[in-house]
Amino acid sequence: MDKIPILRMGPFLLVTIQVDLYDRLALNLEADLVQMVSKTGAKGVLIDISAVSIVDSFMGRIIGNIANMSRILDAETVVVGMQPAVAITLVELGLPLKGVYTALDVEKGMNLLRSKISLVEDEDVNEEDDNIPV
Amino acid sequence: MIISLSKDVVIIQREQDVVLFRNRVKEFATKIKMGLVNQTKLITAASELVRNMIRYAEGGDISIEVVSKGRENGIRLTFKDTGPGIADIQLAMKDGYSTGKSLGLGLPGAKRLVNDFNITSEVNKGTVVTIIKWANG
Repeated sequence: MDKIPILRMGPFLLVTIQVDLYDRLALNLEADLVQMVSKTGAKGVLIDISAVSIVDSFMGRIIGNIANMSRILDAETVVVGMQPAVAITLVELGLPLKGVYTALDVEKGMNLLRSKISLVEDEDVNEEDDNIPV
Repeated sequence: MIISLSKDVVIIQREQDVVLFRNRVKEFATKIKMGLVNQTKLITAASELVRNMIRYAEGGDISIEVVSKGRENGIRLTFKDTGPGIADIQLAMKDGYSTGKSLGLGLPGAKRLVNDFNITSEVNKGTVVTIIKWANG
């Protein structure tokens, strides 16, 4: 049975999809990834789909699911490296991947995740400041 | 007048057959020098239709053809199954309608991605979907 590896890097989880996805494989990835977020307490998930030539409505939905489930578990998801032809096709298909952060490549995706985490931390600090009685 | 130039039939029984089928379509599309964007649209549409076939009809067979009309070359895919059929095609072609637990984008989305889309269905007999994507369409 094929399996897509999930790598841990600091507070992030990295997934590089190098094979053609079929439905069962995508569903397994969704389950594995959400498990891993919960187990490791990861703050961010980066999914590299630069090698994926086809994203249809089912796989698009799985990507959206992963982002939503991770958010509930307090982790942000960024999808990177989408091929231009895939982006064109997704929009025409009618699936614009709402609520999923995207970046052009892995480097930009990592920066985006880092900025999201530090933003959240800043907000926390500010809230604490506000709570200090004057 | 559309002429069929070459033909291949792929039988779909399991989910893993989908990957093989997509590769066959890609081979055919590359042979007629279809551009990458059109190839992606065609294969995505095919992927939606083949999923329906597996989910609702437990598989079926698909013919892949190189067709020509005048100076244009294209790929014609015919999806045939002997599943439960579709009672109301108009409804099935509507965005967001699904009898399964999906987004309901499969049929209408596939239609948007190709140049020609034709569906006929008979309840308890099966469904036939034919799509054509021209190389420069």
